[in-house]
Amino acid sequence: MRGHGWKWLLCTPALIVLLLAASGPLLIVAVYSFLSPGNMGGVSWEFTLDAWFRVFFRRDIFEPDLVEWNTAHLQVFWRSIWLSLQTTFICAFLGFPTAWFIATRPRHTRTIWLFLITIPFWTNLLIRTFAIQEMIRNNGTINAVLMWTGVIDSPIQMMFTEFAVLLGMAYVFLPLMVLPLYAAMEKMDFSLVEAGYDLYASRLNVLWHVILPQVKPGFIAGSILVFIPAIGAYVTPRILGGGRTMMLGNLIALQFGQGRNWPLGAALALLMLVVVVGALIFYLRVVGRNDEVRRG
Amino acid sequence: MKMIAGWASVALLGTTALASAEGVVNLYNWGNYTHPEILERFTAETGIEVTLTDFDSNDTALARIRQGGHGFDIVVPSDTYIDTWVSEGLIQPLDREIVTNMGNIEPQWVDVPFDPGREYTVPWAWGTTGVIVDTSVYSGDPNNFELIIDPPAELQGRINVIPEMSDVMAMTIYYHGGERCTTDRDVLRAVRDSLMSAKPHWLALDYGAVDSYAAGDFAAGIYWNGASMRVRLQNDNFAYGYPATGYPIWMDNAAVLADAPNPENAMKFINFVLQPEIAALISNFARYSNGITGSEEFMDEEMRDAPEINVPAEQAEAGRWGQSCPQEVNDIHTQIWTELMQ
Repeated sequence: MRGHGWKWLLCTPALIVLLLAASGPLLIVAVYSFLSPGNMGGVSWEFTLDAWFRVFFRRDIFEPDLVEWNTAHLQVFWRSIWLSLQTTFICAFLGFPTAWFIATRPRHTRTIWLFLITIPFWTNLLIRTFAIQEMIRNNGTINAVLMWTGVIDSPIQMMFTEFAVLLGMAYVFLPLMVLPLYAAMEKMDFSLVEAGYDLYASRLNVLWHVILPQVKPGFIAGSILVFIPAIGAYVTPRILGGGRTMMLGNLIALQFGQGRNWPLGAALALLMLVVVVGALIFYLRVVGRNDEVRRG
Repeated sequence: MKMIAGWASVALLGTTALASAEGVVNLYNWGNYTHPEILERFTAETGIEVTLTDFDSNDTALARIRQGGHGFDIVVPSDTYIDTWVSEGLIQPLDREIVTNMGNIEPQWVDVPFDPGREYTVPWAWGTTGVIVDTSVYSGDPNNFELIIDPPAELQGRINVIPEMSDVMAMTIYYHGGERCTTDRDVLRAVRDSLMSAKPHWLALDYGAVDSYAAGDFAAGIYWNGASMRVRLQNDNFAYGYPATGYPIWMDNAAVLADAPNPENAMKFINFVLQPEIAALISNFARYSNGITGSEEFMDEEMRDAPEINVPAEQAEAGRWGQSCPQEVNDIHTQIWTELMQ
């Protein structure tokens, strides 16, 4: 053990990069959240808790003595989290059969299916989102086909609805769920499935007690990969949802732009970080626990 | 990505420029705002190479220049920001020995509130924020902010509003008879309440909507004049209106940075764009007016008589300059906006 002690030194470049590139900026964000807004953006170096106060509370514009919870901020936070949860759930629901399909193909054709899954990554997210818009808008492909075949008389309003946002989000994040699920299924021991059937387990029982426990690490990895970037997503909700409501990303960007309140933006960004990390720890504790017990 | 491309072009052009005896000038401008021919013609005429780097908002540009070490000579900020650029000493007065074309600026744009007498800046492009409406859906007077804030039945649910806090707040405050940065609680209360009751009638708050209007997704909205013209060129049912209660005028202005490495070349470039023929190139590219006398002659035909570009005399009065409000007023605007978008 002692003989390998010097290998630690090999980590130093990585540690320095992490320290400078991750912790450094984060520290600046943390410090800024305790300062006062500067003239036309920036900060002025006067300590205040005002930004943090504003994150959670607001003074009534018309009666400054009236202090209440800042429900607008809470609402935006909740919307982003709720959208991420829904996206994760839809991706898991659609991703599981997809990954199962691929994992059960003959070995030599799996590569082709995997390759097809990764094709969307070749095109910029913005362009793919506009392509969805082209399909679902009032005079878009879907409505045109439905009207031409006489199924409907007037176009269905799909753009600028929650449906459009969820469709876009699920489309964007689905591969991030399928790939880890597939990786887990590929390693799965299929003889256990057969054993289950031999012991007269029903299909549902096999799925629940044999397959799911084995692919759980895939679900965990996939959920994390989908949930975290989905919380910060705002291109898709903005374009397909029509931007009628703010996402967390918009709220934070507003403070650094026309709101000209960098400390408030910094405080909101930090809170978002805390929420994400908190959710992650909670998730791993609750969902990951059984694994540890079994391994132990 | 834009940023990377921008830097790459700086690096690339920078090396070729070193070879040129006449030197270089580094322009820091809004993205998709500079006709390439302007740069080519300037280089052909003076031998000075031009590099172009993009920014995407006034705040980005200001933050970048404040940091120092940027290497730019010319910047093109909007009217409401000029005050900050001047008071922080970030831009320098124009050298009238070199900038001799000042007389070409249309008289109405010389004594502007943000730079009286044009000591620091010259016009680059200007425009208005108004109301766009599909006249096949609504045939009344388009010069009316009510179409957005208290829309008639035929427009309800078919309205798009640009997600620009300052424009939307300004127009609504004007509608209720207030000054841009008013602290009058009654006006602000009316602003908030009317926005709240209008929002359910808005279908979207979307920026890049030229084709969405033309394709019939929206029947009305708050929109910029240049973009509205592009909509009309695609679908001539659309008309642009200047709300009689007040609408914002904006202007982007070129200035030489205080720490410009090539101030003399920068002054030459500023003087160069003050020529009607060159200013017309700005307009033909960006689809906005430029404020230079005689430039109409060189503009594309479709722009020359466009009602979106040439403010009709009877609507000119209602146009108002923007203003950056004090932080405590701006905070109120942000709070109302956040409530509106929550």
